[in-house]
Amino acid sequence: MDITFAEDDFLPASGESRRAGDIMRESVGFWKDGFRRLRRNKLAVVSFFVIIIVIIIAFAVPAFFPYDYKEQIRGAENVGIMRNSPSEAAGSFPHLLGTDTLGRDIAARIMIGSRISLLVGLVSSLLILLIGSLYGAAAGYFGGYVDIVMMRVVDLIYSIPDILIIILLSVTLKYPLSRFSGHAWVSNLGVGLISIFIVFALLYWVGMARIVRGQVMSLKENDYVMAAKAMGAGSWHIIRRHLLKNCIGTLIVTTTLQIPSAIFTESFLSFLGLGVSAPLPSLGSMCSDALSGMYTYPYRLVAPAALLSLIILSLNLFGDGLRDAFDPRMKTSD
Amino acid sequence: MFKYIFKRVLFALLTIFIVSTLTFSVMFLIPGGPFLAEKAPSAATLEALNKKYGLDQPKPVQYRNYIARLMRGDMGVSLKQRGRTVNEIIAAGFPVSARLGGMAVLLALFAGVAFGSVAAYKRGKTLDNLIMIFVTMGISVPGFVVSTVLLIIFGVKLKILPTLGLETPKHYILPVLALSLYPMAYISRLCRSSMLDVLGQDYMRTARAKGLSSFRCLFKHALRNAILPVVTYLGPMLAYIMTGSFVIEKVFTIPGVGNAFITSTLSRDYPLIMGTTIFLAALIITMNVVVDILYKVIDPRIKLGAK
Repeated sequence: MDITFAEDDFLPASGESRRAGDIMRESVGFWKDGFRRLRRNKLAVVSFFVIIIVIIIAFAVPAFFPYDYKEQIRGAENVGIMRNSPSEAAGSFPHLLGTDTLGRDIAARIMIGSRISLLVGLVSSLLILLIGSLYGAAAGYFGGYVDIVMMRVVDLIYSIPDILIIILLSVTLKYPLSRFSGHAWVSNLGVGLISIFIVFALLYWVGMARIVRGQVMSLKENDYVMAAKAMGAGSWHIIRRHLLKNCIGTLIVTTTLQIPSAIFTESFLSFLGLGVSAPLPSLGSMCSDALSGMYTYPYRLVAPAALLSLIILSLNLFGDGLRDAFDPRMKTSD
Repeated sequence: MFKYIFKRVLFALLTIFIVSTLTFSVMFLIPGGPFLAEKAPSAATLEALNKKYGLDQPKPVQYRNYIARLMRGDMGVSLKQRGRTVNEIIAAGFPVSARLGGMAVLLALFAGVAFGSVAAYKRGKTLDNLIMIFVTMGISVPGFVVSTVLLIIFGVKLKILPTLGLETPKHYILPVLALSLYPMAYISRLCRSSMLDVLGQDYMRTARAKGLSSFRCLFKHALRNAILPVVTYLGPMLAYIMTGSFVIEKVFTIPGVGNAFITSTLSRDYPLIMGTTIFLAALIITMNVVVDILYKVIDPRIKLGAK
């Protein structure tokens, strides 16, 4: 075998080639890296803007909108799309999506309905985040018998058919809760909505707890945990400052993906007549109300149904994008 | 194997017991007890009812009696449907719901696995993209939206399919389709990703190299391994089908258990609420145990008892 050496391979590097080993790019941190990946995902970016637009429509627009969601305009029942009834003053703002059988502006109701949906999604996922992450982290961190007992409880709650219990509680919780209906916040939110939150807080955190436990169990073997222990840090401090902080990606992703599923459940309950109570509208209850007039006024059904699907779709796509960007290990499909 | 099944069944019984205890205690949140309706029965009737169900006795005794009655399978009488016991109502509705649900499960399984496999096989092609669009939509659109859209398109606008009840086979098309869409989409996604994993493995290349047709490769070799995640989804799917049937049965006016359950919650028919809750919960929990055991049986790689 003939081996030849090029002589300049052994000369000291100079000029351009010398800087090849230098770090050219600035260092990229966790957040920056994630956001860069997120920005490249077109679907996620589009969904993000859709969500922003829906949030503006749900929270800001009703303040300027000329019609109130519970105002029943006499003589303006069943007005068509972009019309006004003859009884209303000429030149008044048209009803964008018409009015319902009680003379309430449907566009205003849809906006408030989507506000309810978003609120339910957000509050429930924050509740789930709080309970699930602390429970899961405690189980994973302490291990041993504590873990076994805590996880048996999770298994038990997991195997209970949640929807049945949700329906059962939302039927029965109304009575003890209505005792507090003198308080402003209870009557503002509505008993139905509060019982939905309670049920989510009771049952839905188990998935989150399992995920966090798994992460914490591997994270707690790291040297920095031992270093923190050696310096006298307490368990609570380690869980909060070291372990939960290090699974922040998982926490964000799981919480985001909880939002659409909470909205899904709320709309399902409201559709069955078990969710928010009148006069508060919800996209689900609006669909259910529109069912009876489906043959004559199909748009009353289509508008809330389409908006609801859009909200859930964009939240799902955005959540998937977040997962791919911040927590690639959790990726399930493709 | 036997030890595992025994443990699983015991745990399931415990869960059913907890659900019935929960159902029992939750009913005490309602002031006036389960017999107080908006149209209160007369004092004599109330006393007779209370006596019949032992509601005049202290709560622990009531609880014992309640559990004892459940063990015998007696769930009491309906308050709103005079003269009918809860057992009769469930017995009348369950076959209807089970037939509907069973068809939906079969459709979701076969169509989902087929879509998933084809999408994985044609990865990145137009067909794959189309299937993935369908999957994303199917997972995001709530069941009641799907069913009402189907109802409007095929029942109201085109008038080619009936929309109410279940008299003829044609009546089944829309409800089964609406009920199976979500699990179908979910199974497609599950099957596609597991199929992609399997297709990249060495034994698949060997099979292709031996000259097997791609159809045989896909459906005889790859599918056997790719189907396992789908089996794990069977349990949640059955729960979804049951929940979904609440909506579907309401929209299509089908006299099933789901309809009975929802009607009972709206009309405050407490014995019926309790009875259907426990029945459906027991059904779901039992199905989950069966699916879990099935999963361990069909996958020889999973060792039973080993943790």
